[in-house]
Amino acid sequence: MKTWDEVPFAGYILEPGNAESYKTGDWRSRQKPVLSQEKCTFCLLCWIYCPDGAIVRKEDAVEIDYYHCKGCGICSYECPSGAIRMKSELEET
Amino acid sequence: MVAGMVLALNGDEAAAYAVKQCKPDVIAAYPITPQTIIVERLSEFVADGELDAEFISAESEHSALSACIGASAMGARTYTATASQGLALMYEMLFVASSFRLPIVMSVANRALNSPLNIWNDMSDTMGARDCGWIQIYNENAQEVYDFTIQAFRIAEDHGVLLPVMVCHDGFIVSHSTEGVETLSDSEVDSFLPPRDPVYPLDVERPVTIGCVGVPEYYPEIKYQQEVATKKSISKIKEIMNEFNEDFGRNYGIIEEYRMEDAEVAILTIGSASGTAKDAVDEMRTEGKPVGLLKLRLFRPLPVKDLRKALSDVKVVGVVDRHISFGALGGALNMEVRAALYEMKDRPHVMGFPTGLGGRDIRVEHFIKIADELLKIAERDMLEEDYRVVGCRGPGCIGP
Repeated sequence: MKTWDEVPFAGYILEPGNAESYKTGDWRSRQKPVLSQEKCTFCLLCWIYCPDGAIVRKEDAVEIDYYHCKGCGICSYECPSGAIRMKSELEET
Repeated sequence: MVAGMVLALNGDEAAAYAVKQCKPDVIAAYPITPQTIIVERLSEFVADGELDAEFISAESEHSALSACIGASAMGARTYTATASQGLALMYEMLFVASSFRLPIVMSVANRALNSPLNIWNDMSDTMGARDCGWIQIYNENAQEVYDFTIQAFRIAEDHGVLLPVMVCHDGFIVSHSTEGVETLSDSEVDSFLPPRDPVYPLDVERPVTIGCVGVPEYYPEIKYQQEVATKKSISKIKEIMNEFNEDFGRNYGIIEEYRMEDAEVAILTIGSASGTAKDAVDEMRTEGKPVGLLKLRLFRPLPVKDLRKALSDVKVVGVVDRHISFGALGGALNMEVRAALYEMKDRPHVMGFPTGLGGRDIRVEHFIKIADELLKIAERDMLEEDYRVVGCRGPGCIGP
């Protein structure tokens, strides 16, 4: 990490739009969505409803961006085909 | 205005006139006695078309300084003025201004704090704001107010400093006393003070974020950077003062010595009391008593090395504060001078004399009493009290 003589002047942020590189998925606690590609119908409701833009839309499938997912579970709740299951992360550790 | 005219100005008017010549872009202020004359004059200059500045009459001092912060972040040369309760109301924003490293200049006509309600002079206001990260310069008279208001902009905006500056003068004693002030011509001020060259102004073409969150992983680094900048500013302040001295025939320093040759005891003052103390020193010297005077002009950053050097040969120092830090060792100046001298090999005794509270007059005889006390301490080579209040009726104090 940067030392006092390396951090920018007075703590200013000099690169605009760098929030993109901030991995807010670090805040996620307890549960994360797990997607079953077999059950997914590519209806894109999860992509529409995700408040954090953590559902990434590919050409014919969606992926979950765990660097930004907060684990709220809205995608799982909205998914009409039961393709997204919330899994406890406590079990993993 | 004609070059080098001597004008009859009180301390507040001297500040206003100097500010006008420094051509600020934005002035945001709220009136409060005894600073009011400054902003009244400035609003007149703007209304009369003599000064092309945005004058914002804010609804409070908190808002006034907030407006100054915004304007200064845009790159504007920015000025405000306040006193006492007004400075207290600004407190939150004082830290923001210095932490953003914004070169705002603020005049403070020092005044006591409530309660009891008191509009008269002491330094409770700015001394209480000593840890806010602002440079603090204390002036003895209207001439100094004029000269240091101009230097304050140059100091604040210097890329080796980039810190806000408080230019302090004693309320009423200086703010409302009319004196002859030797002014500079507008072109002389222009040559000494170039237009501001902001480092990271708010600009849509070059966006920056100011005032973001500083999590524990970064806060100490950002604060230490500020500490280093503040400490380092001393040499730049000296440099700018010397340039002003050379250009305009003045003789200013961050500490000034008066009759310190062979002095065994020294009185250390700040602000307008210094003039009265000089008379007392003269009287003592006539009687053959080895008393000298040190006037501290720069209180923040504290010139620790210069204090050590200036006081290395005396046996006793009497520090005259114009406020009390309740429950400690008298005033802040006393505590800091003591702390600065503590690691010296043959350090002098240091005793504090808080005085002049809430406008109580400090007279020559007070300083003679202080000097006599210092000579007694020198004789017995022992300090019996950390401080004693001067100019107060009752047991334990040196009377009015």
